[in-house]
Amino acid sequence: MNPLMLHVVDPTRDWLLSLGTFGLLVWIVLKILAVALPVIVCVAFYVVWERKLIGWMHVRHGPMYVGMGILQAFADVFKLLFKEVVQPSVAHPVLFRLAPLIALVPALAAWAVVPFDAKVVLSNANAGLLYLLAMTSLGVYGIILAGWASNSKYAFLGAMRAAAQVVSYEIAMGFALVGVLIAAGSLNLSEIVMAQSGNAGFLEWFWVPLAPLFVVYFISGVAETNRAPFDVVEGESEIVAGHMVEYSGSQFALFFLAEYANMILVSFLTAIFFLGGWLSPFQGWGIPLLSVDGWWWLMAKVFFFASCFIWFRASFPRYRYDQIMRLGWKVFIPITIAWICVTALMAYFNVFTAGQ
Amino acid sequence: MTRMAAYLKSLLLLELFQGLGLTLKYLFKPKYTLMYPMEKTPQSPRFRGVHALRRYPNGEERCIACKLCEAVCPALAITIDSEQREDGTRRTTRYDIDLFKCIYCGFCEESCPVDSIVETHVHEYHFDSRSQSVLTKPQLLAIGDRLEAEISERRAADAPFR
Repeated sequence: MNPLMLHVVDPTRDWLLSLGTFGLLVWIVLKILAVALPVIVCVAFYVVWERKLIGWMHVRHGPMYVGMGILQAFADVFKLLFKEVVQPSVAHPVLFRLAPLIALVPALAAWAVVPFDAKVVLSNANAGLLYLLAMTSLGVYGIILAGWASNSKYAFLGAMRAAAQVVSYEIAMGFALVGVLIAAGSLNLSEIVMAQSGNAGFLEWFWVPLAPLFVVYFISGVAETNRAPFDVVEGESEIVAGHMVEYSGSQFALFFLAEYANMILVSFLTAIFFLGGWLSPFQGWGIPLLSVDGWWWLMAKVFFFASCFIWFRASFPRYRYDQIMRLGWKVFIPITIAWICVTALMAYFNVFTAGQ
Repeated sequence: MTRMAAYLKSLLLLELFQGLGLTLKYLFKPKYTLMYPMEKTPQSPRFRGVHALRRYPNGEERCIACKLCEAVCPALAITIDSEQREDGTRRTTRYDIDLFKCIYCGFCEESCPVDSIVETHVHEYHFDSRSQSVLTKPQLLAIGDRLEAEISERRAADAPFR
C-alpha cells in the first residue's frame, strides 16, 4: 500500500518468519514494541500537555523550565524510577507487586486492534470490538487487587469505589457500542470506520445518527478511566490517592502509565467509533488535500478528545458518589437502551447504507 | 412544565457546556504568573524586610541602648545588653534579633527615637542552619553599612506621609 510497508516492513517480516519459531517470537515482540513504545512516549507528552493546558485554564503558565516544560514528564519519570519502592509490611507480597502489571497490561494490550489508518493495524481482528470491551474491563482487576493487597483503608475504599464505578459505566459503554455495532454491521474496527465513509463529509460519521450514544460513550469513557469529574476513586481530598496510596516509585509510575494509556485509548476509540477514525471531515467533497483521508485526521480527532479529558478536569467539580451511580444507572443506561431501539429502527429502514 | 424544562436542561448538559465555555475563555487570557527571579513585584518604601542598625554619617552608631525596641517587640525577638563606653555614652554590648521569633511588624523601627534599628527592603535572605537564626550586632551593623544609601532613600520617600 505504501513504500514503507513494501520495502521495509514486509521483507523484515518474511525474513524473520523464515527463521522459524525464534523469528516469529522476535516479530511478535517487534510488533508489540511498535505500538507500546509510541503509546508510552505519547503518555509522557500527554502529561505535559495536561499540566500546560490546566495551567493555562487556571491563568498560570504550567511547567516551563525543563526543556521549556516539554521535557518535564521525562524529569518526573526518571525521578519516579530512581525512587525506592516501598512495600508495606502488611501488604500481600505477591498481589501487591502483581497489581500494577495487571493494571498496565490490558491498557497496552487493547492497542493491538486499534487501527491507525486504512490497513495499518497490528491485528485486524474480526471481533475487535469485543476484544476491546474485554481488555478495558480487565483493567479494573489491577485497581481492585492494588486496593486489597495494600491492606490499607484508603486503598480499599478506593478499590471498592473503582469496582462499583467501572462496572456500572461498563454497561452504558457496552450499550453505546451496541449502537455502533448495529450501525456499522461489524465488530471489526477498520470496517466500523469504513462504514462511516461517504460523500457528505463529517455528516456521514456515526455521531449524527448516534449523537446520544456518542455523548454517553465519551462520558462513560471518562468515568471508566476514573478521571475528573468522576475521580472519586482517587479523590485527593478524601482518600488521598485511592488504590495507589501505598505505591511509590516505579510501581506508581506503572499505574500512572496505565491510566493515561487508557485515556488515550478512549480518545482513539471515540474518534474511531463516532468521528470516522482516519476519514477526512471533508470526505467526498473533492477539496484538494483536505479531502484526503489519512492518519493525521485520526490524530487530530484523538488530540481533541484527549484535550477534552483535561478540559473536563479543569472545569468540573468532582461528582458525589451517589450522583455518579445515579448518572450511570438511571440516566445513561435508559438513554442508551432507548437509542439502541431507535438505531435498530434506523437500520431496519436502511439509514446506514451510505458508506457500504 | 418547569420540572420538564429543568430535566431537559440537565439532560442536554447546558450548564456543563457553559462551564466548559468559561474555562475555554480563560485558556486564552494573559497569565497572572510573575516569573519570580526574573520579574519582581514593585515594593513600597515601607516594605519591612530583614533588619539593620544604622550609623550617623560620621560613622558613630546611632543606637543609644534605650531598649524601647526590646520593650515594644511583641514577639520578644530582641535582646539587648548595654554598658557605659569610655567616652561616657550609653552603648549596646549586645543587640540580637532572633529571626525565627520576629514577625516583621516594624514596631522596633517605629519606637526607635534615633532611627537606628530599621527594617530594610531585603526579603531574599537565608541562613544554612538553625544556629544562624540570630542576627548579632556586628551583622546588623554590616547590613546597615551595606544598605545605608537605599535605607535613607526609602525613608526620604516615605517622610512626607509620616
